[in-house]
Amino acid sequence: MTQHTTTLLPKEERPSKAALGWIMARSLLRDPVTFGAAMIFSLILFAAVGADIIAPHDPLEQNLRLRNMPPLTPSVTENPFPHILGTDPLGRDLLSRIIFGARVSLTVGLSSAIVSGLVGSLLGIIAGYYGGFMDDLIMRLVDVQMSIPVFLLALFVLFALGPSFLNIVLVLALVRWMAYARLARGQTLTYRQAPFIESAIAIGSSNARIIGRHIVPNVASPLLILGTLEAATMILSEAGLSFLGFGIQLPHPSWGLMIASGRQYIASAWWISTFPGLMIFLTTLSLNLLAAFFRSLSDPVQRSGTLRAT
Amino acid sequence: MLSIVFVTGRILGDPVRIMVGVEASEERVQRVRDQLGLNDPLPTQYRRFAMGAVRLDFGDSFLQNTAALPLVLKRLPATFRLTAAAFLLAAPLGIILGAAAALKPHTPLDRVINVLSLGGVSMVDFWLALMLILIFAVQLGWFRTSGYGDGGWAFMTLPTLVLAYAPLGRIAQITRSAMLDEMSQPYIHVARAKGLSERRIVFVHALKNAAIPVVTISGDMLSSMLNGAILIETVFAWPGIGLLTYQELQRRDLPIVEAAVFVVAFMVIVVNLLVDLSYTYLNPKIRFQ
Repeated sequence: MTQHTTTLLPKEERPSKAALGWIMARSLLRDPVTFGAAMIFSLILFAAVGADIIAPHDPLEQNLRLRNMPPLTPSVTENPFPHILGTDPLGRDLLSRIIFGARVSLTVGLSSAIVSGLVGSLLGIIAGYYGGFMDDLIMRLVDVQMSIPVFLLALFVLFALGPSFLNIVLVLALVRWMAYARLARGQTLTYRQAPFIESAIAIGSSNARIIGRHIVPNVASPLLILGTLEAATMILSEAGLSFLGFGIQLPHPSWGLMIASGRQYIASAWWISTFPGLMIFLTTLSLNLLAAFFRSLSDPVQRSGTLRAT
Repeated sequence: MLSIVFVTGRILGDPVRIMVGVEASEERVQRVRDQLGLNDPLPTQYRRFAMGAVRLDFGDSFLQNTAALPLVLKRLPATFRLTAAAFLLAAPLGIILGAAAALKPHTPLDRVINVLSLGGVSMVDFWLALMLILIFAVQLGWFRTSGYGDGGWAFMTLPTLVLAYAPLGRIAQITRSAMLDEMSQPYIHVARAKGLSERRIVFVHALKNAAIPVVTISGDMLSSMLNGAILIETVFAWPGIGLLTYQELQRRDLPIVEAAVFVVAFMVIVVNLLVDLSYTYLNPKIRFQ
């Protein structure tokens, strides 16, 4: 693995996009752990999107006769579904709240990963492509930010601005953009001197065109993998911030806030905190497994282990 | 960083209202504000803050009337104790697991270690803390639910385990990939051809060359444990800097918060410096001018 030689196959021998998709699907099927992760994540995504249809109860409907009931408590209203995961301190159905919570947690996690990914990647590519002053400026900013205690900073800003959807997304993006910037800069540097970039400059392509058409497609895949990992980190951070009291209700609570609300009942009603936390763990775990799978697909060294006989 | 703390501190809301109570007369509020210097123009306040920070003087706590920095330093031993225990658990174990996985890639052992370390990276640490409290402290009664107590095993074990798990996973992952890289290098083949024992090849040759990324990530993890322990310290009511920062932030006692952030940032810088210095030892080709 000391040297990578890239030889381009003639066009008709290169696998088509459909064939590549087929290869991916097949290697996914052969890998039970990753397959499970993909299934779980799709399920959570499905629950988040279709929460209104799937949730058996109204997540906001209170019933004080059913406070802190354990899992599998039968329903007392005309709604026949039992409270499969029990109820919370206000008698609301936990399963329905978790399903709606998926929407909040995923929206926050994915949007902040996208915002920080776009900003960080763009700055990183600019730093790597133009070099010189821009590079110094951006990378010094990265260094400064790296030495700041991330979680503390996020806590501060939220404390000052107050928790809202936009603030949380911006704060999470603010504290994590440098991961993308570093990666994007390194990747761009490896292509900066490549012959195809030189040729593009020679035929007079504008900088914007070179970045957009030649650099971005080449650096995109490691950045997408990082984005998958970061989405997991974002969901975890949001949960942590919610737990400390900076959670948001849109209008449903995120999973982190639900864990916090069950904390004082942990000894008497364990299910209130347990299930939302389990959902966060399953989500981040499957995101991490998927990222590992994508990386092994794009890394020729590891691929030999993943894509046998293709 | 400290400037950010200062600026956000000034827009946090009025600490005086919290101190004197809502019913206090306007006259009383103004008198307290004058005493604390909160009525001075912002540039004056900032100059006083910056000059003080240079001399390690963060002013007196708004609520406790003593200097802020000693209050923070008093919490250092608890934080150190917890971080050191967790790090000494996470780093060696992570390196051993990562190396073991790299030696037998794509075997069941590798898979198990892989899932274990991914679990650490994906874990919701404060939730894990609650679950462990529920099982081992409430149900089984082996450990205490929270607090510092005498700092003994009954109090230390659970927070240490929780704090160690995520760094353990991350260090194991990085060690594995660094070791996989090294084990395919030509010098390993040479070492094998010379007939060196596999143990010597792995632990003397490969591990030393894989050390730079491992040390880097270990340093990162140590810094994040120093500042990320807020959640763990809150759940376990562990009287360290994290808990102090969180509590004083809620009470808007800004001098203490500023001093705490300063202490944490200082420790992070020291860790980063140590990591940088270790590079020259691990790879003599690296020299600082």
